[in-house]
Amino acid sequence: MGSAISELPSHRTPLADAAETGLKIVVVGGFGVGKTTLVRSVSEIRPLNTEEVMTQAGVGVDETGDVATKTTTTVAFDFGRISLNERMVLYMFGAPGQERFWFLWDRLFSGTLGAVVLVDTRRMDDSWYAIDRLEHHRTPFVVAVNRFDDDTVRHSLDEIRQALALPEHVPMVDCDARVRESGKNVLITLVDHLYELAMAQEATP
Amino acid sequence: MTRKPVDTGSPDRLYTVTGGRSRADGFFDLVTLVVSECRPTPGMQSEHARTLELCEHPTAVVEIAAELKLPITVVRILLGDLLDMGRITARHPPPTRSAASLPDSDLLKEVLHGLRNL
Ligand SMILES: Nc1nc2c(ncn2[C@@H]2O[C@H](COP(=O)(O)OP(=O)(O)OP(=O)(O)O)[C@@H](O)[C@H]2O)c(=O)[nH]1
Ligand SMILES: [Mg+2]
Repeated sequence: MGSAISELPSHRTPLADAAETGLKIVVVGGFGVGKTTLVRSVSEIRPLNTEEVMTQAGVGVDETGDVATKTTTTVAFDFGRISLNERMVLYMFGAPGQERFWFLWDRLFSGTLGAVVLVDTRRMDDSWYAIDRLEHHRTPFVVAVNRFDDDTVRHSLDEIRQALALPEHVPMVDCDARVRESGKNVLITLVDHLYELAMAQEATP
Repeated sequence: MTRKPVDTGSPDRLYTVTGGRSRADGFFDLVTLVVSECRPTPGMQSEHARTLELCEHPTAVVEIAAELKLPITVVRILLGDLLDMGRITARHPPPTRSAASLPDSDLLKEVLHGLRNL
């Protein structure tokens, strides 16, 4: 990039000054399943990337807590946002489902409204771990099946439910992560589900 | 206890940025919205100045991290400093629900409404 344009103001779109409530949902799924694509298709900003560092005591850490015996891992994730109204803004995080990431779940995503597990039927195994972890964290979720054009065996949602041993109460939805309306439908499916759960909970004293 | 963020480009600078501290409390959620209460002043640490500029309008912690290209942990520490100095205010998300409970249905209804109107 030429130095002449390096001082251009960044093209950030600020939130409304009345914005006061930030909410979050997380899109989890295996490598290349379409997380970033889904976030991009519904986001009002170009997805941004950030990272968190995790420090773990190394093997044989000594009592002095010597820095050299600690290992640091970086987990990167991207996000987009939707201004729901003047006061509320919803952040969507695209997060890798792999193991080391879950160590950071609480630090990053505690208080999340819920999650979308994005599934590629050609690599269903990648979804197991995410589903198991979400159940463990008691985070409500829906499963969205991202249909790729080159997926020749089009499994039905029922077949996929069986394969993932997914309980009946977990909503499933087909999607094309590249299409805004489709991505929007996934989010609505999730929040609808959360709403039902909240209503049921409020009805029981 | 000290921590060097060893894999974030320029560790020594980062280490300086946070004054060598490694503890960031859970005060700043990723989606806490931060608002500046004053303009940057000359001589201010550049990360502080940049944050104050960004937060002229409400800005989520995670957006600040992305813009400053710093890890969340480091940004939480910077924000803690600015808050202590009264230079920012924070608008927090609704209280964290306990493991098994949910946000209230009124809030979710508003979210649904917002999504449907997109
Ligand atoms: N045909 C088709 N391609 C898709 C779809 N969704 C995503 N892709 C493509 O699949 C590739 C991977 O998508 P990404 O959104 O980068 O996936 P990701 O889950 O963010 O990937 P990582 O962050 O690397 O794990 C990209 O080239 C997308 O254009 C889809 O619904 N249909
Ligand atoms: Mg991605």
